[in-house]
Amino acid sequence: MKPARFEYDAPTELEEALALLARHGEDAKVLAGGQSLVPLLNFRLARPARLIDVNRVGELDYLRRRDGVLRIGALTRAASLERSRVVSLYWPLLREAVELSGHPQIRSRGTAGGSVAHADPASELPAVLTALGARFHVRSSRGTRTLRAEELFLGFLSTALEPDELLVEIEVPPVPPRTGTAIIEHARTHGDFAVGGAAAVLTFGQRGRCERASIVLLAAGPAPRRAAAAEASLEGRPTSAKNLREAAALAAAEVEAPFDREFRRALARELAERALTKALARAKEAA
Amino acid sequence: MTRAIALEINDRRYEAVVEPRTLLSDFIRHEVGLTGTNVGCEHGVCGACTVQLDEEPVRSCLMLAVQADGRSVRTVEALAGPDGQLHPLQEAFRETHALQCGFCTPGFLMSLESYLREHQDPDEHEIRDALAGNICRCTGYAGIVEAVDLAARRLRARTDAARGSKQ
Repeated sequence: MKPARFEYDAPTELEEALALLARHGEDAKVLAGGQSLVPLLNFRLARPARLIDVNRVGELDYLRRRDGVLRIGALTRAASLERSRVVSLYWPLLREAVELSGHPQIRSRGTAGGSVAHADPASELPAVLTALGARFHVRSSRGTRTLRAEELFLGFLSTALEPDELLVEIEVPPVPPRTGTAIIEHARTHGDFAVGGAAAVLTFGQRGRCERASIVLLAAGPAPRRAAAAEASLEGRPTSAKNLREAAALAAAEVEAPFDREFRRALARELAERALTKALARAKEAA
Repeated sequence: MTRAIALEINDRRYEAVVEPRTLLSDFIRHEVGLTGTNVGCEHGVCGACTVQLDEEPVRSCLMLAVQADGRSVRTVEALAGPDGQLHPLQEAFRETHALQCGFCTPGFLMSLESYLREHQDPDEHEIRDALAGNICRCTGYAGIVEAVDLAARRLRARTDAARGSKQ
């Protein structure tokens, strides 16, 4: 099908985009890479009165590493994350996640900010950014605020962004030393939406103990969130295969699914265990 | 509400007035009349409508024509030479029976042509990975994988020959 009629603005500067959002936010949708929004428009599942297309706001397209912190402009394409040497070197989890999301023809357009603002719980980028403890910088004509993943992702395809607000930057802290990361997912076909998956960040400490763990499951509930009980079960304990398996089981117990719950929990447990095992092996390499 | 746009398609400049909701795929087919680009699912899954935007493969059904204003688009019509000489990828598709009904072929070609520019020597696994974003319902993909391998070999030979003649 074709999109229904809409008003259209294509601002070239951030301030202009914010002014448009202040005026029209209630009736408008922000169009970034369009890889999720345009299918919804084509199916007329979304019929916004107005689109504010931010693709020409070039000042939001950047990747910078300073003082160990990565700053990702909201308009940065997935393909740019994939090609970035800095990302591969210091945040391999981001690269691994992007390689699992869609296909090259999708990643050439899809943006980091769009993926986050769309907040699909099956999506890779929101999951790994949550696992990495990213912070999300939001602007509006009223001012600026910074949100943690727990504050931003409210539920299925829903975020704490107000109608006049725009996500402008994602800030990713450095991965600590002696830390390994991994994301593993299962999709019916390559590049398709994940049926299940797990991202893990594991810091290897003294005497073979886990110093810090961060685990986020994909497609496991309305929003990406950290598996707190599983993380707590690992921290300060030996990183034995048994303990990793127990942590994976704790994470999987939190999977919410309206159907196929047993299957999804079994899948989550298996994938979480594999992700933790892989992250641990990488942490040992890094140690 | 309409918008005036100007863009390049296959090295030719086009100016048009479009509604913002006009998809790039429909613009290419209906306004410009280049019907080589096919529209399958129209929601970004099948890959039939893949074109190149500033040399990168994109789903033309997931872009608005207004978003291509000032940009450069390549469609399957640009692959063959002016004298009708097929691109090595097209040659290879024909020789290895990499198409049957042909509906998906333009999308495959535009995805893979872009891929082979960055990956000169892909193995079978990498080739299958590269064509995962395009769906073919006839061939079972074996012929397509073979075609990409053959085209990659020929393109490498051509690059080597060009290098050799410069030395």
